[in-house]
Amino acid sequence: MDPLLEVQDLRKSFWVKSDRFGGPKQELRAVNGVSFALHPGETLGLVGESGCGKSTTGKLIMRLLESDGGRVNFEGQNILELSARQIRPLRRRMQMIFQDPYSSLNPRARVGDIVGEAFRIHGTAGRGERQDKVIELLRTVGLTAEQYHRYPHEFSGGQRQRIGIARALALHPSLIIADEPVSALDLSIQAQVVNLLQDIQEEFSLTYLFIAHDLSLIEHISDRVAVMYLGQIVELAPSDEIYAHPRHPYTEALLNAVPVTDPRKRKKRIALGGEVPSPLNPPPGCIFHPRCPYARDVCRKEPPPLEEKKPAHVAACHFSDEVGRLRRA
Amino acid sequence: MTPLLDVRNLKTFFFTSGGLIKAVRGIDFSIDAGQTLALVGESGCGKSMTALSVLRLVPPPGRIVEGKILFEGEDLMRLPRPEMRRIRGNRISMVFQEPMTSLNPVFRIGDQIGEVLRLHKGLDAEAAAEAAADLLTQVGIPSARQRLRDYPHNLSGGMRQRVVIAMALAGDPQLLIADEPTTALDVTIQAQILELLQSLQRERTMATLLITHDFGVVAETADRVCVMYGGLVMEDAPVTEIFANPGHPYTQGLLACVPRLGEHKKRLVPISGQLPAGGGGEDGCPFLERCPKPFAPCRDKLPPLREITPGHQVRCWRE
Repeated sequence: MDPLLEVQDLRKSFWVKSDRFGGPKQELRAVNGVSFALHPGETLGLVGESGCGKSTTGKLIMRLLESDGGRVNFEGQNILELSARQIRPLRRRMQMIFQDPYSSLNPRARVGDIVGEAFRIHGTAGRGERQDKVIELLRTVGLTAEQYHRYPHEFSGGQRQRIGIARALALHPSLIIADEPVSALDLSIQAQVVNLLQDIQEEFSLTYLFIAHDLSLIEHISDRVAVMYLGQIVELAPSDEIYAHPRHPYTEALLNAVPVTDPRKRKKRIALGGEVPSPLNPPPGCIFHPRCPYARDVCRKEPPPLEEKKPAHVAACHFSDEVGRLRRA
Repeated sequence: MTPLLDVRNLKTFFFTSGGLIKAVRGIDFSIDAGQTLALVGESGCGKSMTALSVLRLVPPPGRIVEGKILFEGEDLMRLPRPEMRRIRGNRISMVFQEPMTSLNPVFRIGDQIGEVLRLHKGLDAEAAAEAAADLLTQVGIPSARQRLRDYPHNLSGGMRQRVVIAMALAGDPQLLIADEPTTALDVTIQAQILELLQSLQRERTMATLLITHDFGVVAETADRVCVMYGGLVMEDAPVTEIFANPGHPYTQGLLACVPRLGEHKKRLVPISGQLPAGGGGEDGCPFLERCPKPFAPCRDKLPPLREITPGHQVRCWRE
C-alpha cells in the first residue's frame, strides 16, 4: 500500500540573534533532516522533549511554516511545491488539532459558526445544509444540538477540545495532525478525548500524526513511534517493539524516566544526566553523546546514520546492540 | 508523637462578586516529621488553596474562614503577622510549579538566595554568598560560584527549578510545600528533580507536602496520599493502600483512566461528565454527578470520612 504521507529530509532553520544587541545571527536547526512515512489508517506517535522539533515538524507538514528543504508527499503530490491556491483543495484533506483549546477558538464566534466556517470557506455546503452538517458533527464529538449557538467560554476545556475536533472533521480529512491534543486537559477528561479520537479514527478511517511528550499516552494510541531529539528522529519502530526493546539510548533513558505507577516497585532511578544541549551549538558526532552512558570515542566524531537494526526498526546509534542494559524494569 | 503539621477542619472561601466559592470545604490531614504527604486532585479541587492556606497566603477575595493549622502543636492561625512571616521561608517554605513565579528576573540568583539567608539567618553579604554557593552545590548546580552571578534567564527550566529549591532550603525548613514542582519540566529533568528532592529530604529529615495531579509522581515519592475533589478530602491512606485498594469511586476512576507504560489497554476507562465548576451546594456528595454507582443517600447528605481499615479513610456511603 502506498503511504498517505511521505516526509523526506525535511529541514527548517530559524535564525536567531546571537546576543541581545544584534551581532551575527546564528542558525538554529529546529528540524534537521526528518524522514518518515505514514500509511493509511495508522497512528504514528511523534515523541520527544520540549524543543526537539516535534511541533515544528507538524507545522511544516501543514505548511503553517515554510520549510527550507525536503519533500512532503501527501496523496501523491509534493505539497511543498504547490502554490497557496493549489494547496487549498489539499488543505481539506489534512487538518490539525492543537494543544490549547482556549486559544485555538475565536472567543467572539458561536460554536456553530466555528465548526461551520470550513464549509463556508470551501463552499461545500449551502446555508441550511451547513447547519444540519454542523449539528451532526457536534453530535459525533459528544456535544448537543442545543450548544450550536453557545460561545467557547461557556464550555469546559474538554468540551472545547471536542469543538476543535469537530472543526477538524468538517471537511472529511484523511490525515489529522494532533499536536498535544490532551496535555492541557485534566486527567479524567483526557481519557474521554483520547477515546473520542480513537472512535472517530475508526469511523472516518483517519490517519494520525500524534505529537505528544507523554510516553504512556503515545504507547497507548500509536501503531508506530518516532522519537525526536535536537531536530532529528533518533529511533522509529512499531510501538510494541520500541517500548519493549529500545535500540537508542535516548529512548531507553526516556522510558526509564517515566515514573512507575506502583509504589511497591520503587527503584533507584537511573536519571539521565545533563540537559538537552543548545540547538544553536549541537555537539559534534552523535548529537546524544554528551549525555549517553554508552558513548565511546567514535560517538564523539562520527554521527551514526539512522539505519535499520531489525525489520521495520530504525535507530541512529553506533552501539544499538548494547542498548537495553540500563533498562529499569 | 504529635505530627509536624496537623490541619483540622480547614475552610477557605472566596467572596467574589459572582458569589461565594468554597474552594476548601473543611479538610483534615496531618504530616509527621520527615514524611511526604501527597495532595492529589484535578484542577479546582482545592489542593493549591490548601497549600497556600497552610502558609496563610490565600489571595483576596479568598479568606480562611475556619480551622486550625497546628505546626509543632502551635496554631498558625493565631500567630500575629510578623511571627508568621518568620515561619515562612524559614521553618516552612514553598516551591511552585513555574520557577519564574518565584524568581525575580532582574536580580542575580546569588542575591536572591542571599536575601533569604540575610533575612532569616542574619548572615552578612560575604557569608550569605558563601552559603548560597553551598546551597547551589547541594541542589546539583555545577560551578556554583560562577552561577551566583547569573540572572534567571541565563538558566534552563530545570536549573531554575533547582535554584528555587535552593532558595526554599536556605532557611533549613522542617516542612517543604511543593506545588506541582515538576509539572512544567520534561520527563528526564523531572526524574532529576524528584531524585534531588528525595535525597535532600532524607539528608535533612524534612517533611514534604506535595501537591500533584500525577499518580506516577505520587507512587514514587509519597508516604501518604489525600485524594481531593470539590474542596474535600475523598480518601486518605498510605500510598501502597491507595494503589492496591482504592476505596473511593473517584480514586478508582483516576487510577483507571490514565494509560500506563506496558499496560496495553485497548481502551481507556474515562470518568464521565465534567469537573465541578466551583461553588455548588452543601448537601450531598460532590462526586455524585460523575459517580458510576450512586444511590439514595448520596444526594441528600455529604458522606463523612470513615475508616475502612486502620489508617485508610474514605468519604463514601458505599461500604
